[in-house]
Amino acid sequence: MVEPQLHRVTLANGLRVVLAPDSERGSSAQGGPPVVGVSVHYDVGFRSEPEGRTGFAHLFEHLMFQGSESLEKLEHFRHVQGSGGIFNGSTHQDYTDYFQVLPSNALERALFLEADRMRAPKITEENLRNQVDVVKEEIRLNVLNRPYGGFPWILLPPVLYSTFANAHNGYGDFTDLEQATVDDCAAFFDTFYAPGNAVLTIAGDIDVDHAIELVQKHFGDVPARPVTARPSFAEPFPSRELRDQHTDPHAPLPAIALGYRLPDPVSELDTYLANVVLAAVLSDGDASRLQQRMVYQDSLVVDVHAGAGLMGAPLDARDPDTFTVTAIHTPEVGSDRVVGAIDEELERIAADGPSADELARVTARWSAGLYREHDRLTSRTLDLGSAELIHGRAELISELPGRVQEITAQDVAAAAKALRPDARAVLEIEPASEENSDGGAV
Amino acid sequence: MTRATHRSAEEIGRTEFGPRPLPSLAEPRSGHEPATMDTVLDNGLRVIVARHGAVPMVELRMRIPFAGQDRMHPARAEVLAETLLTGTQRRSRVQMDTDLAAVGGDLHATVDPERLSIGGDALADGMSTLLDVLGDALTGAVYADDELAGERDRLVERIAVARSQPRMIAREELQKHRYGDHPFAREVPEAGDVGRVTAEEVRALHRQAVVPRGATLVLVGDIDPERAVDEIARSLSGWRSEASAYEMPALPTVQGGDVRLVHRDGAVQSQLRLSAQGLTRTDPRYPALQIANLAFGGYFSSRLVENIREDKGYTYGAHSAFEFTPGNGSILVDADTASEVTAAALLETRYELGRLGLVPPTESEVESARQYAIGGLLTSTSSQSGLASMLATLATSGLGQEWLTAHPDRLRAVTAEEVAEAAWFWAPTAFTGVIVGDAEKLSGPLRALGGVTVA
Repeated sequence: MVEPQLHRVTLANGLRVVLAPDSERGSSAQGGPPVVGVSVHYDVGFRSEPEGRTGFAHLFEHLMFQGSESLEKLEHFRHVQGSGGIFNGSTHQDYTDYFQVLPSNALERALFLEADRMRAPKITEENLRNQVDVVKEEIRLNVLNRPYGGFPWILLPPVLYSTFANAHNGYGDFTDLEQATVDDCAAFFDTFYAPGNAVLTIAGDIDVDHAIELVQKHFGDVPARPVTARPSFAEPFPSRELRDQHTDPHAPLPAIALGYRLPDPVSELDTYLANVVLAAVLSDGDASRLQQRMVYQDSLVVDVHAGAGLMGAPLDARDPDTFTVTAIHTPEVGSDRVVGAIDEELERIAADGPSADELARVTARWSAGLYREHDRLTSRTLDLGSAELIHGRAELISELPGRVQEITAQDVAAAAKALRPDARAVLEIEPASEENSDGGAV
Repeated sequence: MTRATHRSAEEIGRTEFGPRPLPSLAEPRSGHEPATMDTVLDNGLRVIVARHGAVPMVELRMRIPFAGQDRMHPARAEVLAETLLTGTQRRSRVQMDTDLAAVGGDLHATVDPERLSIGGDALADGMSTLLDVLGDALTGAVYADDELAGERDRLVERIAVARSQPRMIAREELQKHRYGDHPFAREVPEAGDVGRVTAEEVRALHRQAVVPRGATLVLVGDIDPERAVDEIARSLSGWRSEASAYEMPALPTVQGGDVRLVHRDGAVQSQLRLSAQGLTRTDPRYPALQIANLAFGGYFSSRLVENIREDKGYTYGAHSAFEFTPGNGSILVDADTASEVTAAALLETRYELGRLGLVPPTESEVESARQYAIGGLLTSTSSQSGLASMLATLATSGLGQEWLTAHPDRLRAVTAEEVAEAAWFWAPTAFTGVIVGDAEKLSGPLRALGGVTVA
């Protein structure tokens, strides 16, 4: 397979553009599907939202769909979908992304839509109040009304981290959301949504030169605005084990989450990747260490998962980032036994490292997983954009299989050793009552 | 909030140049059809293979009709699916996972009232291994007593976790409400039944029902279709049975009627689930129905979403979708809403149901839905995994690649009159359903609204 050749331009207003045409993805892609992906990543996520405004970055993401100088409310959706396309946006720790995937004859329309809201979004009191209600429903759906809602991404950070930026709830408290004003939105837009703070990615069925012309035509006159330097969110590693408990009114079984600090994903990438391999050795597949030990051999847990990255995927944030291990277990098996088994397995890997077979297995699955993920145009476009934003190198996404292949057993052993019990967070989830286990439907 | 110097929202929302015109669409470029083989092996298995995509992977989807009338069938079938890939005469559970991992592969099995589904993927040059492990499980799964006991115990716990999910509770209640005692309503087995399943019962079920005749295998990827079909025939040559896979008995027609309120303790949000009778994919009216569905609630730019989300803020998401079973199709409408606005959301939903027939979709609504349906086929089948899933889904209705290829033209041919006709499928009287939520808060307003059975 030939890796896609990337092309880059930076506009005078500072907008960085990455282009990844299909025509250079290898011979079998000739005349590939006539589909194009367009994304814009803004360098602001929920870690950057102001104190007293938890959930603001995500709320603002909703408002970016609510009309602009050239488009009335609802028109953005109608134009994307009425061109045969799909769209969405999402808010992460360090970035907010917006994407469209459409038949390639709609490329110019997609660029127009993204440029128009980068230039002049229409933020009104009516739309703000409406989207506060919608976001509250989103939180009820995904957190408040659901067993294990927000576990662990909302519940674990306040145990592991001490600063507002790293510890607060990125979905937001209802009070904070309700107090958000139109002027807060204006300040947020002018601070963080400058073209120089964004990456535009175009992937799929495109002609590079023509696409660049269209980018110039639509984004060229978005005025440049100053970009504030992003502050460091660094904080010291914990100096002891930090513990907390949370009662979940809907959960039928207890659960536990361990959180550890990861190496800096940007400046210590290979050390970080050793943790990605470690996570796979621990919990990926029936033959993995924790599945074997905790699920099949000792029947300690119903489910166990280890992973690099707070939001469920590695390389999705800058420093500080989190390694998590989560498990759902029965009340008869106390949390100490669950944690004890995880510690023992980590110690074994720290002492002996994974076997050559384990490493080969993880590497092959990792490569295959990436191929598969990036075969989907939506994921390919978004991953190119976030790699360019966070690492300055969209190429990274095709280099990863090779880099992971070079991770050694010693690297993985060192990663396991660095996950120290005396520098981690332990969060226990307790069911509110026994009665919930029958589901409550009468 | 920190107040750096910034413009007001009004200043941000306008430029000197003013509003700009929307660019028109360029000429569409048509893609090329993937090279496909669609054939039936001499053991009765239908095989569909397509060469597609730009990554060196292969995607596998198998569907075996797997219905059963016995009260214990859902429990036995669930345990079978959980243990199918936990060891054969040739491979232990760990060996299966290890062999698959060596080719970047993965296989998993799930079951529902209609069928046993096996999905997987691997690097394209590991296709033989993927097929070998699959064939090994189909012909040689041993259902060892200890593996079975372990999975059975975990299933009991997992069922408890699944049944605590509001969407699962709502689905089960809707199934019972629509289909009563029909096997289709028994999607998740009772924990007690699972606890009674024996290894011998599961082995017997495998012998009777895990059979090739009536089943379908789809492979999509960077592979040569002819070679792949030969390879499949070789790998699965030992998989034989005189029996045919068990199709689910026909479903009764969904009858419109009252919505039933179901109480859930501690709920802060309600699940609104409505259903009416639809059509099969092969019905000549289906393309018009598809466009009417999109206009009603089948995508974001629909009447229902624009009303109850974007205008009123009652919900994060509202949807209208089809559910297909062999020889049947139904319409499902759903939204999750805060307890305080649940009755209002039901009222607005009923209003939109009535309006669809009385004020049918305009030319522009029809055009938008049409383009979305055509574009959606393009984007969803542009990846190997998307095409594999689509072909597997179509195969359950007896359809293949040629149906997919011809469908955009069917959508292009639909007229606004045909959509107006199809809109009557959404008549409020055609619907029934359930609302799961806090009955204490909901029963008053719902009783006042009417058309709701409040216990």
